[in-house]
Amino acid sequence: MSALLEVSGLSTQYVGARGTRVTRAVDDVSFTLEAGRTLGIVGESGSGKTTLALTLMRLLPPGARIAAGSVRFEGEELLHKPEAEMRALRGKRIAMILQDPMASLNPLFTVGDQIAETLRVHEHMSRRGAWTRARELLGAVNIAAPERRIGEYPHELSGGMRQRVVGAIAIACGPKLLIADEPTTSLDLTIQAQYLQLLREIQRERGLAMIFITHNLGIVAKMCDAVAVMYAGRLVESGPVRRIFDAPAHPYTQALIESIPRFGDTASRLTAIEGQPPDPAALPPGCAFHPRCPLVMDRCRVEAPPDLEVAAAHRARCWLAVEMPAGAAAKG
Amino acid sequence: MNGSRTASLTVAWRFASLRVEGFPWIPALILGVIALLAVFADVVAPYNPEVGVLGDRFRPPAWQAGGSEAHLLGTDHVGRDVLSRLIFGARVSMVVGFTAVIVAGLLGTTLGILSGYLGGWVDQVIMRVTDTWLALPALTFAIFLAAVVGPSMWNIVIILAAVYWTRYARVIRGEVLSLRERDFVRLAIVAGCSKKTIMRRHILPNVLNSAIVLGTLMLGVVIVTEAALSFLGVGVPPPKPAWGLMLADGKKGLMAGYWWLTVLPGVCIMLMVLSANLLGDWLRVKLDPQLRQL
Amino acid sequence: MTALLEARSLTKHFPVGRGFLGRGGGVVRAVDDISFAIDPGRTLGVVGESGCGKTTTAKLVLRLEKPTAGEILFEGQDVAGLEGEGLHRYRKNVQAVFQDPFASLNPRMRVDAIIAEPLVTHERLDAAAVAARVAQLLDVVGLPARSSTLFPHEFSGGQRQRIAIARALALSPRLVVLDEPVSALDVSIRAQILNLLRDLQRDLGLSYLFIAHDLAAVAHMSHVIAVMYLGRIVELGPASEVAARPAHPYTQALFAAALPAHPDERRDEIVLAGEVPSPLNPPTGCRFHPRCPQVMARCSQEEPKLRTVGGVAVACHLYD
Repeated sequence: MSALLEVSGLSTQYVGARGTRVTRAVDDVSFTLEAGRTLGIVGESGSGKTTLALTLMRLLPPGARIAAGSVRFEGEELLHKPEAEMRALRGKRIAMILQDPMASLNPLFTVGDQIAETLRVHEHMSRRGAWTRARELLGAVNIAAPERRIGEYPHELSGGMRQRVVGAIAIACGPKLLIADEPTTSLDLTIQAQYLQLLREIQRERGLAMIFITHNLGIVAKMCDAVAVMYAGRLVESGPVRRIFDAPAHPYTQALIESIPRFGDTASRLTAIEGQPPDPAALPPGCAFHPRCPLVMDRCRVEAPPDLEVAAAHRARCWLAVEMPAGAAAKG
Repeated sequence: MNGSRTASLTVAWRFASLRVEGFPWIPALILGVIALLAVFADVVAPYNPEVGVLGDRFRPPAWQAGGSEAHLLGTDHVGRDVLSRLIFGARVSMVVGFTAVIVAGLLGTTLGILSGYLGGWVDQVIMRVTDTWLALPALTFAIFLAAVVGPSMWNIVIILAAVYWTRYARVIRGEVLSLRERDFVRLAIVAGCSKKTIMRRHILPNVLNSAIVLGTLMLGVVIVTEAALSFLGVGVPPPKPAWGLMLADGKKGLMAGYWWLTVLPGVCIMLMVLSANLLGDWLRVKLDPQLRQL
Repeated sequence: MTALLEARSLTKHFPVGRGFLGRGGGVVRAVDDISFAIDPGRTLGVVGESGCGKTTTAKLVLRLEKPTAGEILFEGQDVAGLEGEGLHRYRKNVQAVFQDPFASLNPRMRVDAIIAEPLVTHERLDAAAVAARVAQLLDVVGLPARSSTLFPHEFSGGQRQRIAIARALALSPRLVVLDEPVSALDVSIRAQILNLLRDLQRDLGLSYLFIAHDLAAVAHMSHVIAVMYLGRIVELGPASEVAARPAHPYTQALFAAALPAHPDERRDEIVLAGEVPSPLNPPTGCRFHPRCPQVMARCSQEEPKLRTVGGVAVACHLYD
């Protein structure tokens, strides 16, 4: 069975105003996602994770271009599809949830109108049919009193509820893939817990595959089956979630995991990564992480490492994977 | 480092760091030429603009039949050289325009900052005054003031400043209201700075951009108003040459076909206002990082 | 050991929606009768969600707001009502670092002026003395000396936060209020700044009021944790205790909601029903009762008082 989503060698670039400055926002990224599974894409600012999400949906702003690669969804190549077909795909077969629900919802339309809109566009439902279905969907995302909420406007709802409405719109047409870009960053902790539980329920009920784009390894630990770590536009490590947390191969992943404060660990100092994430427009030569890497070697400064296999389904872009056996970074 | 030094450094740094991207050369050139003419009018103008030779009236511009090279742009109804009057008129427009804009800017920005930052009754008073002022139609108000104080060039400057300061106060107050909530202002309070210091050091430098841009845009408005006042006879008094006055005088000659007496001053007004607006527009985009994307 | 800062029955109500002629309208009970203490050289961590009042508490301690009622005792002296010269002197002792490194620094001021501002506001020093202190502070926060002549936009988020910390230290304050100091920073930078803050506490004997929504960070940095809900403190105790054995049902739910550090780290799933209510109209009795998984009949009628139970203060009828 082929994977639901197969991305290979994807590269997206931003071209500066006069065609002079080319920023490689996404550089040679490859990963696969099976149906019903959850992939976490982890990265900080400038890592290219949001550009990657926009590329998959073909929603890039002007000034960005897809330079290379392929994105196969259910066997179909998405990068060459005409825009009309992409429009039919978005919202129906692939859905997206963004960080700020206020930006995703139109303040001038009721909640019901916005859910119904997607149903009418993609499923060609009648007004009444769409409205009824919208009410059901509000119930499916655990919004109490949906008959009342359906006629309300976004500003009348709390942040958590708005994000649920966004979720309802996303699942309305039964998509196979949900891309969630930092969906809980703006939510309070207990509301985030509710929301993540909701997403897991929906996934179980509908066999939905999810891609979580986040900077928070905690979300990955809680929600994801597989992880892909991005740094300066490249995928520096990918693999099953337990493996990545137990035996990270790339020093960046290792450092990220160690820098997170842990409960019951008050005495020790946090392991910090020196320096800051690079500016995507001015990347260092060789491996983009080398200026900050505690295990840097001479080769790293000069040559960017290729995507190497560390173990089954576990890949990393690091010269250490060649020089030393798998999981060495965890011990080193 | 005190606030006024920061403010002046800001202005200097801002202008020095302007790069040539999309710079509106022609408008800048036009304004530059007008400024030079204004400054060196005594040297450049061929004739005394206030004295005419009656026998030489209504001469058309040199390229038309009946014109002569002695008067490149012709003469008016009392025989004064049009070119010289245009050149000296530039001085009036520039002086009146810039001075009025600067005075209005100083007054309006100060009141806007006080109103926006101090709030309370200060804000109420200043805003009510501004509202009342704004409710009066600018031109009518200006005419009224001119009739009251009597026309003279400096009176006109004061009148224009008095009419237009409210635009600044409004805009700057709005900016100050949002600036006031910014963390660095809060931290200045936490550091123990007095309200005066905060307004001077933190608020003023951060509203300067808006004030400058507003200034360049107001320049056009002020000049047109000055021209209108002169046209209506309550502006700069004759025989001092002002473009608006030339328009008024020349109006009489239109039916007789003496087109150069109105069209030429009109073109000058148009060029100056348009150039000021284009330059102001460029400055607005240049100085406001958020607008640069548009 | 007397506390450095003590809050007693601190209350702040904000009037909302003034009716005609200023009458009528509701009141937001942002902070309602809270009491806590911060010892010298120790950190009090405050956790809670939107509307709990932690930011207002920070503003009260900083005297950016004046309390509606209650006392704030700094070294035994009440600063809640101070104005003028007294307030000015208080400010020498209490400084702050806020969340957004891009909004905390005046973009038109050079770094040396930014750092020196608290200093020049309080003391008459000559330029050389000021410059020397600025250089020393830059060194303490790990920034190169040449930073002093640069402008904020030339620095990254993490570096700007260091500048903000240097400025906060300029007057050698006793207490620094840290309101989400690392939330806006990249994950890989957060550890750097947290380590710096801990080192500074150790070296300079600073006290911190540390507000953050990252529970693990708060637990890591704090000696005492206060949990706030809708303007009240529902639990207050040593950080290790509160984090390991939360007593109040809300604290339990909060810590259960914290994200794990490893996929196998299983926590009891306590998912609360409902939304965080608005501080305009708090529920009767215990403010948490509509969402509490262990609610009893008593809870909707009587508001529980903060009572010490086994080393931790809890406001919950379960422990009465």
